Amino acid sequence: MLEINNIIKQYAAHRALDNVSLNVEKGSIFGLLGPNGAGKTSLIRIITQITAPDSGEILFDGEPLQSKHISRIGYLPEERGLYKKMQIGDQLLYLGQLKGLTKEEAKRRIKHWFEKMEMQSWWNKKVEDLSKGMQQKVQFVATVLHQPDLLILDEPFSGFDPVNVDIIKKEILELQCSGTTIIFSTHRMESVEELCHHIALINKSKKILDGAVSTIKDSYRENKFKITYAGLQPIEAPEPLLFTIENHKTAAATSTISIRVGEGKTINQVLAYLLPLVEIQHLEEIIPSIHDIFIKEVTAINAN
Amino acid sequence: MNTILLIINREYISRVKKKSFLLTTFLVPLLFIAMYAIIFYVALNNREPVTTIQVVDYSGFVADQLTNTDHLLFIKNTDDAENVKKQLEQGKGAEILLIIPADISTSQTVELYDTEKKGIGTFSAIENKLNDVLRSKALKDAGIDMSVLNSIKPNVTVRAKQLTVDGEKDSSVGATIGISFGLSILIYLSLFLYGNQVMRGIIEEKSNRIIEVIISSVKPFQLMMGKIIGIGLVGVTQFVLWIVLTVGLTAAASAFMINKTQHTELIVKQQNQTGTPQEDIQHTTDSSSKIQGIIESIKTIDYGYIMGSFLIYFIGGYLLYSALFAMVGSAVDSETETQQFMLPIIMPLLFTYMLSFSVLINNPHGSLAFWLSMIPFTSPIGMLVRIPFGVPFWQLALSVSLLIIGFLITTYVAARVYRVGILMYGKKASYKELVKWFKYKG
Repeated sequence: MLEINNIIKQYAAHRALDNVSLNVEKGSIFGLLGPNGAGKTSLIRIITQITAPDSGEILFDGEPLQSKHISRIGYLPEERGLYKKMQIGDQLLYLGQLKGLTKEEAKRRIKHWFEKMEMQSWWNKKVEDLSKGMQQKVQFVATVLHQPDLLILDEPFSGFDPVNVDIIKKEILELQCSGTTIIFSTHRMESVEELCHHIALINKSKKILDGAVSTIKDSYRENKFKITYAGLQPIEAPEPLLFTIENHKTAAATSTISIRVGEGKTINQVLAYLLPLVEIQHLEEIIPSIHDIFIKEVTAINAN
Repeated sequence: MNTILLIINREYISRVKKKSFLLTTFLVPLLFIAMYAIIFYVALNNREPVTTIQVVDYSGFVADQLTNTDHLLFIKNTDDAENVKKQLEQGKGAEILLIIPADISTSQTVELYDTEKKGIGTFSAIENKLNDVLRSKALKDAGIDMSVLNSIKPNVTVRAKQLTVDGEKDSSVGATIGISFGLSILIYLSLFLYGNQVMRGIIEEKSNRIIEVIISSVKPFQLMMGKIIGIGLVGVTQFVLWIVLTVGLTAAASAFMINKTQHTELIVKQQNQTGTPQEDIQHTTDSSSKIQGIIESIKTIDYGYIMGSFLIYFIGGYLLYSALFAMVGSAVDSETETQQFMLPIIMPLLFTYMLSFSVLINNPHGSLAFWLSMIPFTSPIGMLVRIPFGVPFWQLALSVSLLIIGFLITTYVAARVYRVGILMYGKKASYKELVKWFKYKG
């Protein structure tokens, strides 16, 4: 769907994007992560053709990105904005027409979305009369009104209460099911794990991580496990080569230990050792969360 | 629909629908008519009160020859000067005491006492009267016959005619200057007001943060031009409505006024038949012919030509300046930050505006006037001031061409700064920064 090759963007003394390449697959939800000021917004602005890169190319459905693609992209910027004194209906009509919809088509779709989001009575209201959450809803409708093939959402959940977060999440998944490709930029790691298939991590203008969420998590596995067993007695490792205990907690009549399996050993060998000793109730591999990976990568680089 | 048309449409409709637009569109012509009416009213009804003057004449020949006018009533007083002065102090009798010494022919000085300060007009009227009397006496003493003197009463009026390629035409300098002033004020205000609207619109979009939504759909240049053209059309609409309304209302009002003038003239003539002094008739016909003259000269001015030039210079000047205003709007986060950039923008306008009241109107064909009417930044005011005086066609063509080149250049520069500026937040823009933005590629 979208292929980004070796993008460089220079702002005077500051290089905002340094040789960034990405590949966003059709129909996927792609998480664009990175700390503040990493260059995410610069990249999004290049994709939305607000600015142009100094070098590198972007292919949209295999073709170099051109202005005709604008009508196939929907962009929800992090900083939301609407005309305060304009009526909601007129405003959406205007924004829809700017994206190339005819007036009648735009009107029909606005009515459809108004019903869907339960905002039928809002047509004649002005933006300044709406609450922040309501404005966000209007903004979301404005972004998806023209049924874009590529939807770029920058912090889509900010400003929403939990009920509305669920409504928007449902809409995003629905759009994805109908074939829309979504680029999703956020700092909320739990929603990344929940929604994204692929992620890319940008730090200090460079891409430092890129791939399917499951693959990335796999590659960050450290052979750590959490074991819960009956009884309060501690367990000693027979030899550090088999496993080491990093943590031991007790609760009521059970203990939970975190262990790291030794180099070259497997969890089965650990279990074989433990089974005669205690009654095992629960076993779970400790897989790092995207949150942990993010922090680990970013702090490691920024420390240097 | 083309996106730029959509933008123009939104900018235009959202402004024309505003109450303030309707209000100014209908109020300004009414104000204009009211001014017109007041000028007529004052011209018709401004009769100064009659001032009575007690004349104590020691020379013996002056008082008899002082003739009364509308405003001055001379009364010969044979009493002693000191007595009359006392009466004056007590507020009795006349307002002014004029003492003519016996040696007036040689001293050429009189004494005048008054109870309240009279206008300079009254004094000069009295002086003129005395001068006439003394001159007549001197001429008579020199042996010139009175009947000869009476037959020599020259009364010259300058009938200004301007030679143009179309032949000669009546021209009234007064009306021309008035129209020049009017045009200068109108273009100055409208360039400033509409340019400011462009700037405020851009700051609004920037501070609303809607700018990013819009320019992910359209090119920044389209957005800027759409806004400039939309607001410009609002201006043109307003002027056209003003002209239509004013012409309509003025036609109605002046028909009414002229009726009234003829009416008062009639009354005065009737009074004249019942034996008012000769001078009075003279005066009345004088003033009504003056009003007639103003009306005539206002009629001779080619309004179509002037309004056409106004619209051309408004559109050209507006496009040039609004691009600069747009550039400033894109560079700042709020209106309070615009100050530092505004001064260099309005300087050429303000400079020409100030000059238009002195140098340009006194010497509309001088070299300063010529250059000011050629430089694109000053020509909207500079040329409009000159237009009522008549400008050769080649100068007009050159000035308009330069204005078009000027706005193409400012629009290009502004668009390059604008496309970067609108996405910059929280950075205090300096001139250096603007130059840097201009140089960004892509």
